[in-house]
Amino acid sequence: FPGLADVSISQDIPVEGEITVPVGSNSPDEDYSTLDEPVKDTIMRDLKAVGKKFVHVMYPRKSSALLRDWDLWGPLVLCVALALMLQGGSADSKDDGGPQFAEVFVIIWFGAVVITLNSKLLGGTISFFQSLCVLGYCVMPLTVAMLVCRLVLLAGGGTVSFIIRLIVVGAMFAWSTLASTAFLADSQPPNRKALVVYPIFLFYFVISWMILTFTPQ
Amino acid sequence: IACLVMYLFAEFDDAANLLAANPDATTISIDEPVEIPKNQHGRPQEPGREEDDELLGTDDSDKTELLAGQKKSAPFWTFDYYQTFFDVDTYQVLDRIKGSVFPVPGKNFVRLYIRSNPDLYGPFWICATLVFTIAVSGNLSNFFIHLGKPTYHYVPEFRKVSIAATTIYAYAWLVPLALWGFLMWRNSKVMNIVSYSFLEIVCVYGYSLFIYIPTAILWIIPQKVVRWVLMVFSLCLSGSVLVMTFWPAVRDDNRRIAVATVATILLLHALLAVGCLAYFFDAPELDIPAPIIPAHNGTTVVTKSH
Repeated sequence: FPGLADVSISQDIPVEGEITVPVGSNSPDEDYSTLDEPVKDTIMRDLKAVGKKFVHVMYPRKSSALLRDWDLWGPLVLCVALALMLQGGSADSKDDGGPQFAEVFVIIWFGAVVITLNSKLLGGTISFFQSLCVLGYCVMPLTVAMLVCRLVLLAGGGTVSFIIRLIVVGAMFAWSTLASTAFLADSQPPNRKALVVYPIFLFYFVISWMILTFTPQ
Repeated sequence: IACLVMYLFAEFDDAANLLAANPDATTISIDEPVEIPKNQHGRPQEPGREEDDELLGTDDSDKTELLAGQKKSAPFWTFDYYQTFFDVDTYQVLDRIKGSVFPVPGKNFVRLYIRSNPDLYGPFWICATLVFTIAVSGNLSNFFIHLGKPTYHYVPEFRKVSIAATTIYAYAWLVPLALWGFLMWRNSKVMNIVSYSFLEIVCVYGYSLFIYIPTAILWIIPQKVVRWVLMVFSLCLSGSVLVMTFWPAVRDDNRRIAVATVATILLLHALLAVGCLAYFFDAPELDIPAPIIPAHNGTTVVTKSH
């Protein structure tokens, strides 16, 4: 190139500067930096996420936070708590007692998986674990109902206590179903919403039935 | 998985056979089913062979067999394959349920409602609902029957749920499998005009179980007569749906085999109903309180004499 023959860079001019790439807050490099934080921070972050989701279930609004950052800690804790509280039922005969721990566990998780598969097969756009997360978290009102039932049964079991338990379990069942429907219904095709909501209704009905028929020995 | 593979091969075989037999089947226009009610009005009474041929005509069955073969083209290990079995809308499911509860005489449930779009949603969730309805109703009914007795302690009887689930799902899947195998075998010997795919049979059986859900709820009423009347009523309704579906499929066969097949279908259906009533629901007038008092006197007399 003849025109460039005159161009020359003087040896005296220093070439200096900074070559750095600004690290964005979403880059994967941040994960490495959480290794240095205290364990308390790590645990508190997850606990706060779980707690925020519990609040979302208590006041169900159509928010996408529950769906976006799914986790299965909350459902696991709720499921174990519910299964433990359903122990100690009338177990005089092996065949006639209430559900065992394993049965409650299997019903909740297998039921949630089947409902999720059902909604995906019907053309839903929600992901598998997001749906499991929502269904698991919405068991929370029923766990609260189980707690209340056990407390009421401590005071005695009669017709009045049964009516109280019936009202509490019925109200919590309605709350669970409405909460999970509020989160899940939007991701379904519009002409199949009822087909997706009905199994959720059945699922929470079965759990409510297990709670209501719990009789201590 | 083996069943699905067998079914796929059967579909393709059927399609190939029928296409070879009627090369211009594909030229029949889509609105042929609309003409069928007109023909039916023309011949109101005895559904003769000819009319049934038009109602479930060779062309219609050709078309539906071919369409069924074309629709399920995804390989069976992909998710999309199973999605084709859930391709129903809410109103379609409700229509099919209505068709199973109010059987229209002369109309075939499969041709009228399923129309080569069998779904697995109905059978699966109707069976699930039936399992829990029977378990819950049985529990409630036993509770009410034994309510006043002093020695009665309420038990949730949770084991019965698993027994109910095994029974009902076995009935809803194994009996259609056996029936489908039997019909395929007869088809290879006698050329039947009407043949059903495995999923259509599962669909009919699943939807025909729907009538038992309100029946099970009403079985809580602790009166023997009421229970038996309800059972006979629901058996008639769902049995008639099954009979009207399967009679055209065996009618061309040997008379005795056809009658025996339909009788077996009805017998198994009745057996399911009677078995559920007997196992999950205690008989209403079981214990009479009066004998307890003489027994107490009897034992005290015996101990005194010792």
